[in-house]
Amino acid sequence: MEFFVAQILTGLANASSLFLVACGLSLIFGVTRIVNFAHGSLYMLGAYIGLTLMEALPGHFGFWGSILLAGIAVGLIGVVIEMLVLRPVYRAPELFQLVATFGVILVIQDLALLIWGPEDQLGPRAPGLRGVFRIMGEPIPKYDIVLLIITPFIALALWWMMTRTRLGVLVRAATQDREMVGALGVNQAWLFTGVFALGSALAGLGGALQLPKGGADLLMDFTILTPVFVVVVIGGMGSLPGAYLAAIIISVLNVFGVTYIPQSTLVLMFIVMIVVLMIRPYGLFGREEVAGEHGQVGEPEEPIKPASAKVRAIVAAGLAMLALLPLYGGNFALVLTTDILIFCLFAASLHFLLGLGGMVSFGHAAYYGGGAYVAALLVTWTETPMELAFLLAPLGAGLIAIVVGWVCLRLTGVYFAMLTLAFAQLLWSLVWQWQEVTGGDDGQVNIWPADWLNDNTVYFYFALIFSVGGILTLRHLAHSPFGYALRAARDSKRQAEATGIDTRRVQLLAFTFAGFMGGLAGALFVFSKGSVFPNELEIVRSFDALIVVFLGGVKTLAGGVVGAGFFKGVEDVLTRFEYWRLVMGLLIIFVVVVAPEGIVGSLRRAWRRFGPGHSQADTATEERRT
Amino acid sequence: MSVILETRGLTKNFGGLVAVDDVSFALQKGELLALIGPNGAGKSTCFNMLMGQLPPTSGEVYLDGDRITGLGPRQIWRLGVGRTFQITATYASMTVVENVQMALLSHNGEIFRVLPFAHRMYRDQALALLDMVGMAAQADRHCAVLAYGDLKRMELAIALAHEPKLLLMDEPTAGMAPRERVALMELTARIVAEQGVSVLFTEHDMDVVFGHAHRIMVLNRGALIAEGNAAEIRANPLVQEVYLGGGTVFGGAETTDA
Amino acid sequence: MLEVEGVNSFYGKAHVLRDLSFEAPRGHVVALLGRNGAGKSTTMKSIMQLVRPASGRIVFQGTDIVGLPAHKVAKMGLGYVPEDRRVFTDLTVSENLLVGRQPPRDGAPTWTEDMLFDLFPNLAERRGNRGKALSGGEQQMLTIARTLMGNPSFILLDEPSEGVAPVIVEQMAQVIAQLKSEGLTVLLSEQNLHFAQAVADLVVIIESGVQVYHGTLADLQAHPEIRDAYLAA
Repeated sequence: MEFFVAQILTGLANASSLFLVACGLSLIFGVTRIVNFAHGSLYMLGAYIGLTLMEALPGHFGFWGSILLAGIAVGLIGVVIEMLVLRPVYRAPELFQLVATFGVILVIQDLALLIWGPEDQLGPRAPGLRGVFRIMGEPIPKYDIVLLIITPFIALALWWMMTRTRLGVLVRAATQDREMVGALGVNQAWLFTGVFALGSALAGLGGALQLPKGGADLLMDFTILTPVFVVVVIGGMGSLPGAYLAAIIISVLNVFGVTYIPQSTLVLMFIVMIVVLMIRPYGLFGREEVAGEHGQVGEPEEPIKPASAKVRAIVAAGLAMLALLPLYGGNFALVLTTDILIFCLFAASLHFLLGLGGMVSFGHAAYYGGGAYVAALLVTWTETPMELAFLLAPLGAGLIAIVVGWVCLRLTGVYFAMLTLAFAQLLWSLVWQWQEVTGGDDGQVNIWPADWLNDNTVYFYFALIFSVGGILTLRHLAHSPFGYALRAARDSKRQAEATGIDTRRVQLLAFTFAGFMGGLAGALFVFSKGSVFPNELEIVRSFDALIVVFLGGVKTLAGGVVGAGFFKGVEDVLTRFEYWRLVMGLLIIFVVVVAPEGIVGSLRRAWRRFGPGHSQADTATEERRT
Repeated sequence: MSVILETRGLTKNFGGLVAVDDVSFALQKGELLALIGPNGAGKSTCFNMLMGQLPPTSGEVYLDGDRITGLGPRQIWRLGVGRTFQITATYASMTVVENVQMALLSHNGEIFRVLPFAHRMYRDQALALLDMVGMAAQADRHCAVLAYGDLKRMELAIALAHEPKLLLMDEPTAGMAPRERVALMELTARIVAEQGVSVLFTEHDMDVVFGHAHRIMVLNRGALIAEGNAAEIRANPLVQEVYLGGGTVFGGAETTDA
Repeated sequence: MLEVEGVNSFYGKAHVLRDLSFEAPRGHVVALLGRNGAGKSTTMKSIMQLVRPASGRIVFQGTDIVGLPAHKVAKMGLGYVPEDRRVFTDLTVSENLLVGRQPPRDGAPTWTEDMLFDLFPNLAERRGNRGKALSGGEQQMLTIARTLMGNPSFILLDEPSEGVAPVIVEQMAQVIAQLKSEGLTVLLSEQNLHFAQAVADLVVIIESGVQVYHGTLADLQAHPEIRDAYLAA
């Protein structure tokens, strides 16, 4: 019993930072509709800045003052990010902004590395709170007790602000219809900046507050991101009491998990999340996302038509050039092109889901990494011949996708996205923690292709056939009745259902097929490298695909492939430099700001404007919109 | 005349609130029947139950003599009920003709095919439907650039794609100009006459209701309070009190009774 | 009080307003008539700067407001009631009014919550209810009340009679008459000709974004070709 109480108290203390970061994220999403992936980075900055300040400022005042100042400093950094990066892209298609926030992650990672160095830093103890209290005989660190007392007050203050002040009313109104709030005389630009600053400050505060318990390191941005997303989703997007309750549930669960089942702490968190969402699809205190609410922007897509003979000829010529690569390219070019081809297929499979289906998956790596692991595990454990393992991998990935899709498709919009992320993380934590089977961190090695394929040139052709074949298949599907039904379900579920189209079945099939194709890319990958590690299932891998699809252009059929080809090429060049993340991050932000329709979309627009056959009226339209 | 749609004691409770209270009516074949009433009287709830979007708390719905209570929207559509929406629901990324082709693909059970090119399928049939509503000239335009009145007509073509015996139209002329309203209702009346379709519609424009409906039902607080032709409804003091008011904001003398 | 001069506006790709010009004199109720898609809502949004005109001038009380952010336009005393109500459904009636609150303004009547509850008695009973619990008619009343909380001197009403019962439309006509008597200038877009006739001093008829008539309703009777072409039911 004593031990039990002690565990709960520790859990409550741990919930403190998690709550602060989560409610900041939730607040920002509510008002700006931006899923701020960089929120973990702000938390990391809070920790580092707090640490630096604590070294400079002594005593009680120094310690607590540093925490407060760190929060304020990160709030100001939030203002800078909002004004420089996000303001230019509020009018871009929904969710496009998250690509910009991913650019911010990369920039902050390298800046932190530059300023604070690669070593993990230990946090100082809070002055006067070094010892433990004995509660029912169990030792509880004094700092924990302080944390668990002050957190409810912070929560209460935030709640009071949101429900009892005009500012809170404005924030809640803007969450629903920001344009209308502007039309009623409220400067919504500053409201956005203010909310972003507040959310950032809360993240910074969370980072600084946990210093005595956890210190600061360069991985903490992604480490916190997963539980924070879980908390926000369980609590319900935009709900403060929800975030508080969920932070406590997850933290307490984690403390017990570490004690009783240390092998599956990560898995446990996702299982709780999935169970909650099965019962309450919009979280404990969330409300249903109403599609097409005011404040959403983005024009409808253009009708599609099959490629003209001219375009087909150009593509065929390009493919012929590619097929002749072994004649004029070296070994390095072959390996790089193989990588790019595989990545293009992976991106195209996500693009199919996202572009045609309107289903934004944050966890597409589950099928890519899943396919790779299915092949690798079959080879390792059952000595399956490579050819058979290669065929079974996409089937395995498709099977995972059926299950995930079946659960996730009960939800829409950002909840759907979050849940797909959760499933991907669940898979990742399974692979990470189930060491006996998957090899955990050590991954799976010696997964080589069959002898007849064990040559870079031959494997290049193998990858070329399957990648291009896969991409063309996905493209043809877009023009088939099934592809049309998928777009119908995306454009107007109401009309589709009213005319006999089983939209859920259509979407589940598309989800499964996208998973299958992702798995095919994963299988191509594992046999080209001969190994696979858990990072192929990580958030970062899912984001890679998401970013190239957005940057390539969601609303164009070629967007995924072009984006993937472009960025894989750039990445290959950049990663040779030490601070490549900084450059890559800036490049991503740059593309987001200057080409909010993606590369293909913007090229198409430029072509219409400057290319042959454009009319005066078109030009006028273009000018107004730029 | 035979009855195409019939409800018996249709009731819907939300928690303690009775949204639709013991509503019974019958729609004859070839009839244009209007359902009017104040905002929040239960018209939408009633419609949603007829279309299968909401299960009734009690009561039954019969289509052409067959009980359809509790069936889903897709099943009811397949039984020959088409609908149009108060706020247009269209596939904004497609052309006008593709919007109609989509309904034809679904009607013919071909939406899961992956080999043929969809834009070539049922094109002639879709063009014929568009011709019927006067939209053939705009068939290959992107539907996102259409004027609202044209979208409404396109929606009507979609609703007619599977040759329904019954059309449910939720405020068909909402958001349209007077002249367009008349044109759309005349078109609807012509289709009713030519195709033998029956129509049940809700509407707030009294010019449309009194000018085109064969018969009118009035719903208030979930219950039917009046039923009859235009003259009877206008003269009904209860309807005047809860809904029509003094008659200053809709056409007075010029309206002819149906 | 408000002059629209040669305004061109686009909505998406469509060129909606073409060299549109008209004016609304102080203290008058001006009805903007025309079929759907003629550009009435875009005119309203262009005045409010929610749609930015590509060219032209919109002069409000002597200042060209083209290019200003919407909140500045609102602060100058222009109140906007959108066509699709856009009540904050998660906020209570009182909170909705709080969002609209602005300081009192010279040359415009000052409203308080209580005064608005006198004007719209239905809302008073429901002040603690959330917006989503209101009926369509009550929501329409709430959007007007919310805009009045900003103490505007000029109010834009976009299709206030759309989708509400005739009894409510009659109430709306009374409210508009009262606003006029308080000294407000009203620009109203309408499809319902009977309603427009009941409340408007002047009418502007637009067709495909072009102004085709500007004058009194009485004078319109002298132009049967225009009346029949654009307004006849």
